[in-house]
Amino acid sequence: MLMYVVRRLLQAIPVFLGTTFLIYFMVFSMPGDPVLALFGDKTPNPAVLEAVRAQYNLDQPFFVQYLLYLKNLLTGNLGVTFSGQEVSEVFARAFPVTLKLVVMAVVIEFLLAVIIGLISGLRKGGIIDNTNLVVALVLSSVPPFVALFLAQYFIGIKLGWAPVTVGANATWGAMFLPALVIALTIYVTGMRLMRGSVIEAQNADYVRTASAKGLTRGRIVGVHVARNSLIPVITNTAASFGALIAGTTVTEGIFNIPGIGKVLFDAITRGENATVVTFVTILTIMYVIVNILVDLLYAVLDPRIRYV
Amino acid sequence: MSDRITEHYVAPSDPNEGGEVDKVRLSDRKSNLWLDAWRDLRRRPLFYIAIAIVAVVSLAALFPSLFTDTLPNNDCQLANSNGAPTEGHPLGFTRQGCDVYARIVYGASTSLSVGLLVVLITAVIGIPMGALAAFYGGWIDSVLSRVGDIFFAIPYFLAAVVVMSVMPQRNVLVISLAIGGFAWASLARILRAEVLQVKNLEYVMASEAMGRSKFSTLVRHVLPNSLTPVIVYLTIALGAAITAEATLSFLGIGLGSSTMSWGNDIAQAQSSIRVAPMALFWPSLALTVTVLAFIILGELIRDALDPKARARR
Amino acid sequence: MKISKSVLGGVTVATASALVLVGCSSSGSETDTSASTDGSASTGDAIIITNGSEPQNPLIPVATNETGGGKIVDALWAGLVYYDGDGAAHNEVAESITSDDSQTFTVTLKEGWTFTDGTPVLAHNFVDAWNWGADLANAELAYNSYFFEQIEGFSWDESVPEMSGLEVVDDLTFTITLANANAEFPLSLGYSAFYPMPDSFLEAEDKAAWGAAPVGNGIYTLADAADWQHDVQIELGVNPDYMGERELANDGLKIVFYATQDAAYADLLAGNVDVIDGIPDSAIATFETDLGDRAVNQPAAIFQSFTIPERLEHFSGEEGNLRRQALSMSINRDEITDVIYQGTRTPASDFTSPVISGWSDSVPGSEVLEYNPEKAAELWAEADAINAWTGTFQLGYNADGGHQTWVDAVVNSIKNTLGIEAEGAPYPTFAEFRTDISNGVIETAFRTGWQADYPSLENFLGPLYYTGAGSNDGDYSSEAFDTLIDEGRTASDPETAIEKFQEAQEVLFQDLPAIPLWYSNVTGGYAETVSNVVFDWHSVPLFYEITKN
Repeated sequence: MLMYVVRRLLQAIPVFLGTTFLIYFMVFSMPGDPVLALFGDKTPNPAVLEAVRAQYNLDQPFFVQYLLYLKNLLTGNLGVTFSGQEVSEVFARAFPVTLKLVVMAVVIEFLLAVIIGLISGLRKGGIIDNTNLVVALVLSSVPPFVALFLAQYFIGIKLGWAPVTVGANATWGAMFLPALVIALTIYVTGMRLMRGSVIEAQNADYVRTASAKGLTRGRIVGVHVARNSLIPVITNTAASFGALIAGTTVTEGIFNIPGIGKVLFDAITRGENATVVTFVTILTIMYVIVNILVDLLYAVLDPRIRYV
Repeated sequence: MSDRITEHYVAPSDPNEGGEVDKVRLSDRKSNLWLDAWRDLRRRPLFYIAIAIVAVVSLAALFPSLFTDTLPNNDCQLANSNGAPTEGHPLGFTRQGCDVYARIVYGASTSLSVGLLVVLITAVIGIPMGALAAFYGGWIDSVLSRVGDIFFAIPYFLAAVVVMSVMPQRNVLVISLAIGGFAWASLARILRAEVLQVKNLEYVMASEAMGRSKFSTLVRHVLPNSLTPVIVYLTIALGAAITAEATLSFLGIGLGSSTMSWGNDIAQAQSSIRVAPMALFWPSLALTVTVLAFIILGELIRDALDPKARARR
Repeated sequence: MKISKSVLGGVTVATASALVLVGCSSSGSETDTSASTDGSASTGDAIIITNGSEPQNPLIPVATNETGGGKIVDALWAGLVYYDGDGAAHNEVAESITSDDSQTFTVTLKEGWTFTDGTPVLAHNFVDAWNWGADLANAELAYNSYFFEQIEGFSWDESVPEMSGLEVVDDLTFTITLANANAEFPLSLGYSAFYPMPDSFLEAEDKAAWGAAPVGNGIYTLADAADWQHDVQIELGVNPDYMGERELANDGLKIVFYATQDAAYADLLAGNVDVIDGIPDSAIATFETDLGDRAVNQPAAIFQSFTIPERLEHFSGEEGNLRRQALSMSINRDEITDVIYQGTRTPASDFTSPVISGWSDSVPGSEVLEYNPEKAAELWAEADAINAWTGTFQLGYNADGGHQTWVDAVVNSIKNTLGIEAEGAPYPTFAEFRTDISNGVIETAFRTGWQADYPSLENFLGPLYYTGAGSNDGDYSSEAFDTLIDEGRTASDPETAIEKFQEAQEVLFQDLPAIPLWYSNVTGGYAETVSNVVFDWHSVPLFYEITKN
């Protein structure tokens, strides 16, 4: 088991190299000159362009740029943004905010998925099941920008039940509303996965055995059906955790949350390579760790899964 | 001892009967499965509703002129901006004064194609990646899963910008590639988790014990029994892809406003939500109903294909 | 400067929010005359909260070329002159700016001005700051160095630590010599590139680090670098030593950084912010109802157009000229500004802006801006007779700036009038859009726009259409136009200058190097918590005048 974890952690190294290279290359191959864009609609004098390019090594060929970036990275220098801030500082500032938001959203999503999925699975084909499906689908097919906008307008502005924007006040409470809205628009996948595995689990031998042994229905559902059905939902939750961390741009924009979604999006559109690569790489390492935890969790939930 | 003759009754052989039995056994097991599934589906009313919706949407996608005489992009008059329904324009007008109904009809083609193509691309990459990783384990798992991790980490916006700009032209295939080419990692992980569970089941071990090759066991036994989450994921991914196209349009890296799509309409209508919510409502409704139909269809097919679930009913 | 991706539409994430250079202006200053309600130095609680965005550069005036930083820089510094709400220049640190020949200017400073670190504001603080900004060696930070282009000795080819055109006479006097006479030059001296810099900046090793805790001489001050929470907000206190004539009516300014205009607007409705200077697309139809008389919608120095380069097929020579005229007449500007923009844009009637003195809506030739479908079709047919039209008319824009709505409306108008295929051609990022334009490889017509740096007709014309000018994106070249601009620049009195510039516009109306669309209004609003909110010619509220109720 320990060996397994160590091996998995070692695998993070090639993932790290692969990610940095791929992302660096992608940002590099984005068409357009990022330096030119710093000057708005006015084309600056070529001399100025050159000076600014040289400052960010943008005048070097791709491999030199990439290697310079790696070299700096290994010496603990994560680079600077076009506005002259340390990328590491920007990340340290923005990441905890986004993490709070995403953790909250993912926990709510997970609970909704498990509870509603379980009910649906146990009542398969019934009116509750169908209602759950329609509700979840309607919620999920509202584009996020619309759902967030409506929630902010009615719950925040009209009813005054939640802060309208977050800004400097990035507390759990202030971000509950956006987290809830995100969860509501995405729980459908987890819910359906849970429902599907609950239906399967009910037919599984171990559940029949349990029921033949005369266990109470509550215990069968709670211990045998639910627990064994969690694997797909957990996998999905981990996936949405990853997707949300880098994908909260729209949410952060609407609720003015000073997180990494906005910084990353701006950096991408500006072609600010150091920021994009650093952010994405740190996030990748995080997914790797989350995925290790998830894989270990599989073994806990399903004793048949073993790692050597 | 052995000189004792015992007579046993031997049934007269009937070559035909035995042959038929053998033939059935020899013939592809799948055809039977699909036939059973079809018999099962025929009895479900929901199936017909879902099929009807899918048929109507597909028809609109292929022959939009059957549904409307209005050419949605050719007569947008600002005088009609956000206008209420009038004769010949049953759902009113967009902010640009285009006919909402005609745009929805003509948008079906793009939206449906993007949805289906993304699902196809996701499945074609995600299923082998997830299944092989989990089933073979070891270094294959390490390599495939880590490749998945890398793809997983790429912000889809970045991927979309790069794909959309590197490709010489923007069309449905390119945008589907931009979405699906980077969305398969989730499916691979979900399938991997399921296969990890299924591969330890008795019948899988039995299959291998009986001398079936590993790969064949995977294809014949493990995959079919791991499809539940795949179908769930893919049917929902269909809707998600249509919405993703909306978000990309919204961010300006979609197909451009002369290409009609529900996503584009939803993105455009967002800015008028306070004054003309219906222009947002109708394309959203088309999207929801279509996705619903596909999910129901996926669900019923999954049920029908699952012998255990069938037996229980 | 340039309006770059200015207004973000809807929910878009504020991608590089508006790289508009905020120019000069207005912003800040307070006075320590006890006109303010509570005694000057006391820290009251009448803090005005407004919207902004994280500065994209260190807070150094000559390095700041976008609105986010511009708003703050203008609050922290005071220049030789300041612009009032109407754009008229008044002396601030300058006692006088005089010249006999519009080429050599003598500047004398008022006595007693200090920076917030206590050091005096002297002639060398201007001269050294300008020399630093103009020096090519500092180009990696000094984005606005082109402002010094006119000064004698400036060079784009080599590092010039001290321009020959600047000379310190004594502590309070210096002279500026231009390479060519320009009567309008003093008008530009209120622009942020011309702000004085304290000795601590001039001596600093790491200028960018200095810009994280800047020291200015303006109405407001950044008392503590910690008051600037990056990506979140910046809190500016009152500078008790400010001694200009602008009177401060509040106790400080808090600028909250918003990713989108939608978020800022939501906060305004909820009462969390006092004043905002932008209304999101989603509220454009309702904000005047939402806010009543607290809604702001007035003309601004922003001009929007699209450009069809001469090199495109069908757009050169006589054929191209006919087609440009036809396209211009086929756009129903009144309807688009009315329906799409709900009156927050004003149909263009020239190439400048109605807030600039000398503006006229009846420059000969401006009829080409009127919607005239019959004439448009006729001209288009004439062009077809020269060379038949093929293909689709495409209008390029950067999709991250909220332009799609108007582009769609414009191409629909063209399509409906001329009966040709027309569509918008979105670029995903501003960088790609600008690069294709700068390199002259863009294969479509494209959106262009301009926000004035300083209130002058010339600033809307010279930088955009003069042969070889920096923002001449369509590579337009006309001898007649260039001559008139030169004559206007060197004219001895403003009236003659205006006359020349208007004549230059007549040339533009014939050639249509850009097709004018409309002037952007400044839209904004304020909460019931404040009064006396006035937006200046440059679309920024005069923060110092705002009072808290």
